[in-house]
Amino acid sequence: MSNKPISGPHVAATRRVDQIMRMVILALAPATACGVLLFGWPALYLLAVTVISAMAFEAFCLKLKGVAAMPYLRDGSAIVTGLLVAMTLPPWAPWWIGVVGSAMAIILGKHVYGGLGQNLFNPAMLARVALLISFPIEMTTWANVSPLLTGPGVIDSLAITFGGLEPTDAVTGATTLGLVKTEFSQNHLLPGILLDYSGFLAFIGWERGSLGETSSLLLLGGGIWLLRQGVIKWHAPVSLLASIFLLSVIFHTWDSQHYLSPWVHLNSGAVMLVAFFIATDYVTSPNTPQGQVIFGAGCGLLIFVIRSWGGYPEGTGFAILLMNAVTPLIDHYIRPRIYGRYRNGRPLDISNP
Amino acid sequence: MFALFENPRLRGGIHAEEHKAETSPLSIVTDFPLPKKLYIPVQQHVGKPAEPVVKVGEKVLKGQLLAYSQGTISAPVHAPTSGVIADVKDFPAPHPSALPIRTVVIESDGKDQWVDLVVPEDPFQLPAEEICARVGTAGVVGLGGAVFPSAVKLSLGRKNKIHTLLINAGECEPYLTCDDRLMQERAEQIVAGIRLMLRGMDAPKAMVGIEDNKPEAFQAMLAASRDYANIVVAQVPTRYPMGWDRQMLRYLTGQEIPADGRATDIGVVVHNVATAFAVYQAICLGQPLISRVVTVSGAAVAKPRNVEVPIGTLMSDVLAFCDLDKAKMARLIMGGPMMGDALPLAEVPVVKACNGILALAAADIEEPPVQPCIRCSSCVTACPVGLLPLEMASRIKANQLDSAVDLGLKDCISCGSCSYVCPSNIPLVHYFKFASGELVKRQQADHKSEQTKRLIEDRNNRMERIRLEAEAEALRAQEARAARLAAQQQAQQAKAEETV
Amino acid sequence: MYVLSAIVILTALGLLLGLALGVAAKYLKVESDPLIETIEALMPGSQCGQCGFPGCRPAAEAVVSGAAPVTLCPPGGTSLVEQLAKLLGVDVDLSQTQDQEAMVARVSEETCTGCTRCFKVCPTDAIVGAPKQIHAVVADACIGCKKCVEVCPTECLQMHPIEVTLRNWRWPKPLAA
Repeated sequence: MSNKPISGPHVAATRRVDQIMRMVILALAPATACGVLLFGWPALYLLAVTVISAMAFEAFCLKLKGVAAMPYLRDGSAIVTGLLVAMTLPPWAPWWIGVVGSAMAIILGKHVYGGLGQNLFNPAMLARVALLISFPIEMTTWANVSPLLTGPGVIDSLAITFGGLEPTDAVTGATTLGLVKTEFSQNHLLPGILLDYSGFLAFIGWERGSLGETSSLLLLGGGIWLLRQGVIKWHAPVSLLASIFLLSVIFHTWDSQHYLSPWVHLNSGAVMLVAFFIATDYVTSPNTPQGQVIFGAGCGLLIFVIRSWGGYPEGTGFAILLMNAVTPLIDHYIRPRIYGRYRNGRPLDISNP
Repeated sequence: MFALFENPRLRGGIHAEEHKAETSPLSIVTDFPLPKKLYIPVQQHVGKPAEPVVKVGEKVLKGQLLAYSQGTISAPVHAPTSGVIADVKDFPAPHPSALPIRTVVIESDGKDQWVDLVVPEDPFQLPAEEICARVGTAGVVGLGGAVFPSAVKLSLGRKNKIHTLLINAGECEPYLTCDDRLMQERAEQIVAGIRLMLRGMDAPKAMVGIEDNKPEAFQAMLAASRDYANIVVAQVPTRYPMGWDRQMLRYLTGQEIPADGRATDIGVVVHNVATAFAVYQAICLGQPLISRVVTVSGAAVAKPRNVEVPIGTLMSDVLAFCDLDKAKMARLIMGGPMMGDALPLAEVPVVKACNGILALAAADIEEPPVQPCIRCSSCVTACPVGLLPLEMASRIKANQLDSAVDLGLKDCISCGSCSYVCPSNIPLVHYFKFASGELVKRQQADHKSEQTKRLIEDRNNRMERIRLEAEAEALRAQEARAARLAAQQQAQQAKAEETV
Repeated sequence: MYVLSAIVILTALGLLLGLALGVAAKYLKVESDPLIETIEALMPGSQCGQCGFPGCRPAAEAVVSGAAPVTLCPPGGTSLVEQLAKLLGVDVDLSQTQDQEAMVARVSEETCTGCTRCFKVCPTDAIVGAPKQIHAVVADACIGCKKCVEVCPTECLQMHPIEVTLRNWRWPKPLAA
């Protein structure tokens, strides 16, 4: 018993930061595994490079800060960041894309702001957007689905990821959203553009896309599991998905030749990943349930706007970063009502019944 | 699961491991061996300390007044047993600092002989003022932990037209079962106490709120209050901090007390269930508050149970009675594990506020290192008041107290729900306690600097007055001298004229 | 051509705005004298000299001119520091000032001769007593200026930290993570 006064409470819940991070990794695992299965060894190499470099950069930054790296590395936040970065990359991207992405996420996205819990922007989305702008070719070369067993072998894949071998047009193509954008620019109309599109395959993930983003099914499953575990709250994901759904229903009904259906919107690009794993990022989303609803709806709106009228086929990264920027504002204005006070902070009037 | 729609009457809160099963099935132990020495602090309540009326060496009987109440908000203390006053001295208080407090020490004579008790013929015919007065002289204070003098609250209730007396029997803190046992074993007396309180306040009805993890206590209270239609016994969900009176009130009546007001402002007075029992003892038996039921529990205690102990018994004695394993005790807590205080030593007396003595083992209080805030907002969800603990703590950490006050620091009830859920183990409540203390300190400093200014002004004025007086004095003296001189001259002149 | 016009326009803009700022700084300058008055009024006014200046007025002038930090006045305490910092628009690290423990004078009864010198100099009348009688310090009124310590012929007056009791005990700040 020490002489320093110890304040209560003297008991605590058992869930800790490292445990939360482990659960997030677990929830992401099926979708990631699916990506590796669908896109083969290059995807696995890229994943490994990205996660390992994320941890290395984390250790490096902590060393610069002059703190012991081990306790922080063990909390798993760097692994989550690395994993999320990898999941948003084209699966056959060269290794240095992963390394640069990790560097941007960990150094520019996190430690420049002061480390865990201090960053304004979601590190993974920051990396994704920065990479997309800096290396547009590498970031928009999408490999065809080429499963682990039938695709390039262990050695051949080394050449794709590490050897600078550029994939030929025969093994690559456009994502659904990319295809739609290009076809629109040539004045082609829906539904003709999407004759080859299968809603079911898109849902389970059998389509071109980023490493861990294609399988809506598995991401949805992981997200719902996290919800059930109480790691994330429903407000942001539901409002994000609902706003995209509503907007696409309205516009698709109004003009089905120029606007994609809700099913395509919800099952393409990074929507599912973003809804459950990025919009729920503790650090960069609002604190209150109401704030989270606004945040999610804002993300949904921006995603829809950028996809429908913007220059890029996919807008999730930009949408998240823009909403991250207004999170402090949301937190400033949206606060819970304090007991015995009105929303504006004034004490309740005495009303004797 | 998702808690899609929260009950608007119930906000925040947590479910902690209850640890109530260790003690709730066991009856209250009433034959606690009388200790040799009892240490009774003169302040066991909110307000002014009581003033001792006994001298060292004096013989006292059980229930005799030791120190009388001073001022409107104060409470007297009485002798828990018969014996000799051994000392009136400073003794460590049951407080996290263990700083000394003025304490009356009684050496027990082992006879436990009562003073003559005044018992009214029909307690329920006593006038309201008389009930308040008797509760006051019996030294009854709020036994839920707030220790506010009960008589003051009763009189306040009478003046303010009360429509409901809320009896708080939530007992939401883990480990504690003393109120649970009290209700199971002494429901009749509690109901009598409630009726007396209603009479003392001229209030029409009472409501008893019991958490639904105490079905036996609920049944017992229901049975005891069967004949009184104006006493409603209700179950409330088990969720800490249900025992926060304002939370329970909101749940039961939907009413919220304004942040700058009291319960009486909306026609409610809240008393703890153990207080109702103490009121019964004070009026029907004429006995002052000299003992209370304490839950002794925790992994380091071999025989956890509820014990009725005389006020002033050293906690070390109570713990020894329950077979404490000293080596196993990692932390000693007075009260519950959520809001109770860790005590640096066990040689401190049991006071009126003490509803639990917990000897926790190292495994119970294992504290992982503090990590940075990841803004998970678990604390926002857990806060029953609707505050933003993470924001407040970060402001306080940066010494921006004013900004923390703007965020609602003064509305914090220190319930500890935020610290409990924090995955980074940030001592949020500790920050808030520190900041609140700092604010008081600052207020006192402001007060002092104003006082200093006044003192200096007074002194300067006095100095000026003294100087002016001295000057006037000098002037007068000069004038007098001049007059004398003139008179002399005149006299000389007259003399000269005479001689001429 | 585009480059040239851009350079010209930006340079002109810069010069113009710079000029505007310069003019504004000259003509809209806030007179600082009322500030000294305000600050002097905030200070305790005991002229105790703990700050190293001969009185509260010179101290206020020094704070305004920047010759002394806003933390110069021990009797003013944290609240004065905050008020000064707000008035002058400076950032201040309060954790620095909190380390200075407040001190009060105490009379040691063995050596006091009852010479009355100390209570004649006390600016707040915090010392009570009469000639040839032992003096005592009223701790609540003492501002810790040490004037009495300086004049005491028997060194019976000494500065002690304010005694911690249950009434003034406060929770310490948690150790930073």
